[in-house]
Amino acid sequence: MDPQIVIARRVAKELKSGNLVNLGIGIPTLVANYVPSDLKVFFQSENGLIGTGPIPEQGMAHPTLTDAGGRPISALPGACVFDSAMSFGLIRGGHVDVTVLGGLQVDAQGHLANWMIPGKMVPGMGGAMDLVSGAKRVIIAMQHAAKGKSKIVAKCSLPLTSARPVHLVVTDLAVIGFPEGKATLLETAPGISVGEVLALTEAELAIPDHVPDMRL
Amino acid sequence: MKAVSVEEAVAMIPAGASVMVGGFMGVGTPERLLDEVVRQNKTGLTLISNDAATPGKGVGKLFDQALVSRLTATHIGLNPKAQQQMLANQIAVDLVPQGTFVERIRAGGCGLGGVLTPTGVGTLVAEGKRQIEVDGKPFLLETALRAQFALVHAFLADYLGNLAYALTSRNFNPVMAMAADTVIVTAEHIVPVGVIAPDHVVTPAPLVDYLITNG
Repeated sequence: MDPQIVIARRVAKELKSGNLVNLGIGIPTLVANYVPSDLKVFFQSENGLIGTGPIPEQGMAHPTLTDAGGRPISALPGACVFDSAMSFGLIRGGHVDVTVLGGLQVDAQGHLANWMIPGKMVPGMGGAMDLVSGAKRVIIAMQHAAKGKSKIVAKCSLPLTSARPVHLVVTDLAVIGFPEGKATLLETAPGISVGEVLALTEAELAIPDHVPDMRL
Repeated sequence: MKAVSVEEAVAMIPAGASVMVGGFMGVGTPERLLDEVVRQNKTGLTLISNDAATPGKGVGKLFDQALVSRLTATHIGLNPKAQQQMLANQIAVDLVPQGTFVERIRAGGCGLGGVLTPTGVGTLVAEGKRQIEVDGKPFLLETALRAQFALVHAFLADYLGNLAYALTSRNFNPVMAMAADTVIVTAEHIVPVGVIAPDHVVTPAPLVDYLITNG
């Protein structure tokens, strides 16, 4: 299975009926494709919409209905729109149940860096800092390593997105949580051993006696 | 509210003015006003806008012509020209978290000195800012943001200047319409008074100074 699909399918298992969910760009966007149709989840787009639907069919796009990247989307029955103050009030005010974001680094305490690489990539943080500061649950969906280098680090070397730790990290190799503030291996991806995860993890990981396979 | 041509409206904006522009990645942006700003070559602008859109679209047109000297925004990663101008120090850029950006503008329009937000505490964003504890929780003091001009795009404007918006093109427009000395509006449709029901007016007419006429 494609590593990105493993991540998206596993993250989708975290969503519950009635949740208000904000998905970041990249792998997080794929999560919506793996939510069972009987599960009623509200997806927010931070440019001002709850009830985002799939990409419209050819010729059905409208210039006033877009996602946070400016791409055409559709709206589901029951959708609603609002201005950016309301949108970020929802985010910062703890009304968003789950946000799923991409990451550049997550450290042993669960701190996330995902908005800049000094001197190389300075696009701006957009809504990421508010989402990590305010959403009830923050899930990071990312590749475990980039070019063989672990993205689960002892301490973030890149600028932090928030001082508030994230709740869960789902990668192509593992699910990592932070019970009592300590990075802990919760699940391994199908066909991946604990040893293989450890070999690609810079941060010290607590290993419970039993580490189950990732639920997909 | 006064109805004016786009040429007259933009002629009121001096070079070097501070200008808020509504829109999110070019969606809900007053394109006709921006085209005219480019045509009249208004240089040295201080731009307050969520993003830099993309080249050729929305506020991206202002970067195509290098009309911006200062920018306050939340994300400029999808406009390589804005990035180049920032890295070459041609524009001074202040990058602000999006929730902080909109609350600073809201504060500016609502007579507040600023807001206290948890966003950015313990990050680079906190540098040089006052941190204030409320009930044991740390917050950053983020000051209000206003501009000389707000350029706003609505879906409907009635003959009085009441405004309604469409779907995700609403975004920052209603908040910016509160936070500038002079508010200039373009609308997809100009309609008789009463077509927008009182319950559906988002921006009340007294906030609008100039409505750009059709044609």
